Amino acid sequence: MDRFRMIFQYFQSNSESVMNGICGLLALASVKMYTSLDFSCPCLPQYNMAYGLGIMFVPPIILFLCGLILNRQSLVMLEEWRRPPGHRKKDLAVIRYMCSSIMQRAMVAPVVWIVVTLLDGKCLICAFSGSVDPQKFVGFANVSTEQVQQLLAKVPCKDDELMRNNTSRKAVSRYLRCWSQALGWSILLILIIAAFLARWLRPCFNQATLLQARHWSNYIDIEQKIFEETCCEHSRLFAHKCILHFFESMQKEIKLHSFSLPREGEGAEGGEGLLQVVTDQGQVNKLLKTWYYEKPPLDVS
Amino acid sequence: MDKFRMIFQFFQSNQESFMNGICGIMALASTQMYSAFDFNCPCLPHYNLAYGLGILLVPPFILFLLGFVLNNNISMLAEEWRRPQGQRGKDPAVLRYMFCSMAQRAMIAPAVWLSVTLLDGKCITCAFCTSVPVETLGNASHPRLSQGEVQRVLARIPCKEIYNGQQLIANEVAVRYLRCISQALGWCFVLLMTTLAFLVRSLRPCFSQAAFLKSRYWSHYIDIERKLFDETCTEHARSFAKVCIQQFFEGMSTDLVAARCHLPRKAPADAGEAAEKLLGITDQGTMNMALKSWHRCKPPLHLHPPAQPTGNGWAGEGQPPTHPSAPRKETAAYYSWV
Repeated sequence: MDRFRMIFQYFQSNSESVMNGICGLLALASVKMYTSLDFSCPCLPQYNMAYGLGIMFVPPIILFLCGLILNRQSLVMLEEWRRPPGHRKKDLAVIRYMCSSIMQRAMVAPVVWIVVTLLDGKCLICAFSGSVDPQKFVGFANVSTEQVQQLLAKVPCKDDELMRNNTSRKAVSRYLRCWSQALGWSILLILIIAAFLARWLRPCFNQATLLQARHWSNYIDIEQKIFEETCCEHSRLFAHKCILHFFESMQKEIKLHSFSLPREGEGAEGGEGLLQVVTDQGQVNKLLKTWYYEKPPLDVS
Repeated sequence: MDKFRMIFQFFQSNQESFMNGICGIMALASTQMYSAFDFNCPCLPHYNLAYGLGILLVPPFILFLLGFVLNNNISMLAEEWRRPQGQRGKDPAVLRYMFCSMAQRAMIAPAVWLSVTLLDGKCITCAFCTSVPVETLGNASHPRLSQGEVQRVLARIPCKEIYNGQQLIANEVAVRYLRCISQALGWCFVLLMTTLAFLVRSLRPCFSQAAFLKSRYWSHYIDIERKLFDETCTEHARSFAKVCIQQFFEGMSTDLVAARCHLPRKAPADAGEAAEKLLGITDQGTMNMALKSWHRCKPPLHLHPPAQPTGNGWAGEGQPPTHPSAPRKETAAYYSWV
């Protein structure tokens, strides 16, 4: 009974803490990816916007999909959603609960990426350097329209020969970075307030339904795991029996063909009886060859 | 019971988590390989493309094959595929399942190499530097050079130290442009792979879930059956060897007894465990002879039936009649686990 409880607790706590762990790992991985990424803005008029916004939005999509793929519960939820009703009705509240918990966990890493990107500022500077109003900055105010686009596009590249000692470049850069960081902090604040409210206000609505949904979603998860373990145990026993049957049939065959055997081995169990029957190299080779050429049928009745 | 649970958990989790572990290690190894590799663009017009594309495409192919080689289940798949039908039908769905799961795992390290290479940018810069659009990026008013000259100049873009085309097109501009394209390709590739993986994983429960469960069960079964068979054969080989060696020593000691008649006789009643273990060899000379005989003339792979009570010529004097049953007693104790 104790062992049963221990197993049950292990399974219940395990899947949630494993999912939280994966969620945290992905968030850390997204920060590491960002720092190891060699951000190099193309500094060309049309390419800047595409590159900057691409770096800001494509990796979050990838991280979101990874979060869904690595989460075992998403498979469980899909199976529960698509299975035929059979003898067991489907409860949509449970499926909704599972879906929302999976989505919440999968959204953590993309949000971390976007916030880190905004707080760092390079992406926004690259994407929007061509969209600032040149009149606001002394160095770009009196330049012709085509030239100004080219110059503004080069602002993110500090080492470019045109921009090396340009003070207006630093002004534009600071301006854009300020906007980027403000946006980053605002998003972070809004998300944390939303999470806080969601967690606090949850018990005010449908607490009983929530408890039920959570219980049954854990149940479905545990049931799936136990089914897989039982199948493995069964296939092990099946294999054991199948091999024993095979050895017994080999014993009978060898006994039929060779006469110099002691009679006392008749009722012996599997391997012990086998040693009295398979006693030389030729017989061992025959046994191995038969195992390959004629595997026994999958029938242990 | 506890041991049983531990063993079947070992069997279940071992194969899959072992394979996932190898997969992860290979992915890490491919990033390490890339960072340790000293990329050296030749900076010559036609060699650049060959070198760059070679570095981009050949290592992934090697990693893919390595992924198959390191996977233990490949021999299981090959065996199941090639075995004669015998009394057990072959299920192509099981073979397909095994092949797919192996291929999926083997594709991870090459995909990691390709992503890292594209995101880094050196390969694409080297391979495509001669295709940079000079008209849009460079100096249009530069005095006309022949096509070949232009190609040669552009080919030196990756090698900053020898680049002499600063008036034609600035080195940083070209490198930034190529790197931007390379990173865009890299991110698109990663997005594509992740989307494919997501679709494969999430669409499966919508189609043929029952067939999938069946294939997965039988592929695990084949693996477990093979392992159990190997274990049983090992147990048999062990007992076979034990009896063979005991019979060898018995043969040696009876030979010695026949050859030297002055050996002190031990009464069967006093024999005991220690004397049995000594197998009738009690001095240095005898031991040396036994060792030499083991090396020069190994016994045949043929276990004698236990010695008949009527005996042959040499089984005479000092042989306790309980001796022949001793090997069987030991093997009986040995087989209780299977």
